[in-house]
Amino acid sequence: MAPPDDDSVPKPLLPQLSRRAFFKGAGASALSATLAPSAHAADPSPPVLGPEPAPLTLSINGRTVTVQADPATTLAELVRNHLGLTGTKIGCDRGACSACTVWLDGEVAASCMTLAFDARGRKVTTIEGLAKGEALHPVQRAFVENDAMQCGFCTPGMVMSCAALVDRNPKCTLDDVKQAVSGHLCRCGTYPNVFKATLAAAQGGGKAKGNT
Amino acid sequence: MQSFEWVDAESVEHAVSLLGEGSERQPVVAKAGGMDLLDLMKNGVMAPRRVVNIKTIKGLDGVRFDAKQGLELGALVTLARLSREPEVRKRFVALADAAEHAATPQVRNAATMGGNLLQRPRCWYFRYDHFHQAGGDAVERVRSGENQYHAIFDNQRTVMVHASTPATALVAYGASVELTGPGGKTRVVPVSEFLLPPDMKRSTDTSIAPNELLTRVRIPAPAAGTKAAYHKQGERESYDWPICDVAVVLRMEGRTIRQAAIAMGWVAPTPRRAAEAEKLLVGKTLNEELARQVAKAAVNGATPLSKNAYKVPVLEAVVRRTVLAAAAA
Ligand SMILES: Cc1cc2nc3c(=O)[nH]c(=O)nc-3n(C[C@H](O)[C@H](O)[C@H](O)COP(=O)(O)OP(=O)(O)OC[C@H]3O[C@@H](n4cnc5c(N)ncnc54)[C@H](O)[C@@H]3O)c2cc1C
Ligand code: SF4
Ligand code: FES
Ligand code: FES
Repeated sequence: MAPPDDDSVPKPLLPQLSRRAFFKGAGASALSATLAPSAHAADPSPPVLGPEPAPLTLSINGRTVTVQADPATTLAELVRNHLGLTGTKIGCDRGACSACTVWLDGEVAASCMTLAFDARGRKVTTIEGLAKGEALHPVQRAFVENDAMQCGFCTPGMVMSCAALVDRNPKCTLDDVKQAVSGHLCRCGTYPNVFKATLAAAQGGGKAKGNT
Repeated sequence: MQSFEWVDAESVEHAVSLLGEGSERQPVVAKAGGMDLLDLMKNGVMAPRRVVNIKTIKGLDGVRFDAKQGLELGALVTLARLSREPEVRKRFVALADAAEHAATPQVRNAATMGGNLLQRPRCWYFRYDHFHQAGGDAVERVRSGENQYHAIFDNQRTVMVHASTPATALVAYGASVELTGPGGKTRVVPVSEFLLPPDMKRSTDTSIAPNELLTRVRIPAPAAGTKAAYHKQGERESYDWPICDVAVVLRMEGRTIRQAAIAMGWVAPTPRRAAEAEKLLVGKTLNEELARQVAKAAVNGATPLSKNAYKVPVLEAVVRRTVLAAAAA
């Protein structure tokens, strides 16, 4: 489901923050609150990142970006607050409603339960990355045509799950769709139209890939 | 969520040495998928000083089957992979089904086998930092409070149940965990002994030491004629935590049952074997009537709490159906 690697896009490097850089960056109080450097035999030992913000690089909707974030930042917070991509919604913030669903290397992920650091060097696709320019993903179009949303809060997450399913399995059945959205809570009860829209998108066979 | 230091572990040895540097005041914890860790950190139940990312360790995500050695699962194998892996589907169907029915597709893509066994109880008192303050222990409050999802067996000392549902299948299959400590020293512990009754005052509900890593899960090769089934009963069909789950593993000779294991999750502090019920099956041919007796024996001696007596007939029905499903598998 993940598109082939595009070699024209430089591979993001994992941030290499030396311990020295870390100590320089940390204030004295933060320093004293820090654990003793680990006595690991392998030299140079891997960097300690945080608790202050540290740079991390990841691909968002086909663009490689480097952001400063502290290690407690979730991927949902990163895309919304640091990158301004507010299409991704946060409902429960506990992995239990799937409103925050994005693709990580093409697989659905609960971005509220994913630490941004766990997305380093990976491909993140958000709802903003699904359309190809002005052309909506077939699932997006089918959601509009089948009135598959009401308040719309759960919709970006629903679309990400249904689009992942249709891209992976254009012959998907109603049971497959139910399984794909089994983690999604829709307070407005749009499920029947979500099923209809996703099956319609699959039957349309349109496979417009987003900019992953 | 409070910020913390982050270190990418390079090897099991490295992770073990980093974990060994932790103390009660400066906790160092491992992070695999982070699905349980983030929940506890967001709820203020945990505030580690340092998080050791073990996802960067190579060689811990293997799935291997060998007719002699059985199945070996790396600690980092995800639940999503476990549910799809052909060798697991083919030979350990109860485990594949348990993995497939745990959590949501999104969570299964991140959740690991090791982290799943090490997750803390879902008890809502446990998950609320208020009840942890001043060394709190919510057991007595649960007993007189909201206990509809708590234990109906062995609930004198604690009423909380272990959260892992794959553990139910692992116990039925007689699986073990491999733990690796300093110097690469490993020990192997049966899952049934590894899981301990949940305790708010401890930092784990297993027998893992602070400086150990769970490195593998092993299941013995199934004997010829092994059949199995798993059922997780929730309040609805889409994802939910269970009311109870049951795994049944039978060794059959023709239609005669030679050996039986019935494991029941979410009804006791740790997955419970229905020993009396298992005995009723040995040497017999299964029919509806025997399944009924077996299920009755499985719930015998239950001591439900003020709000969870409904779990007893639910469990009885699920045992009956799962035993029948295993024999028909
Ligand atoms: C909405 C929702 C529904 C869920 N439903 C279910 C369900 O039905 N059944 C079920 O079983 N679970 C369910 N879960 C729980 C989920 O499966 C677990 O949280 C997950 O498996 C934990 O694995 P992880 O890799 O994310 O662990 P982490 O969160 O990374 O770690 C969990 C704990 O284990 C420690 N740890 C992790 N790996 C190791 C290791 N190899 N060695 C030593 N220590 C380690 C960590 O320090 C931490 O304390 C659900 C979760 C959510 C959010
Ligand atoms: S919609 Fe239902 S579940 Fe959601 S908050 Fe309201 S009552 Fe609770
Ligand atoms: S906001 Fe992430 S699952 Fe609910
Ligand atoms: S459309 Fe309102 S929550 Fe789903």
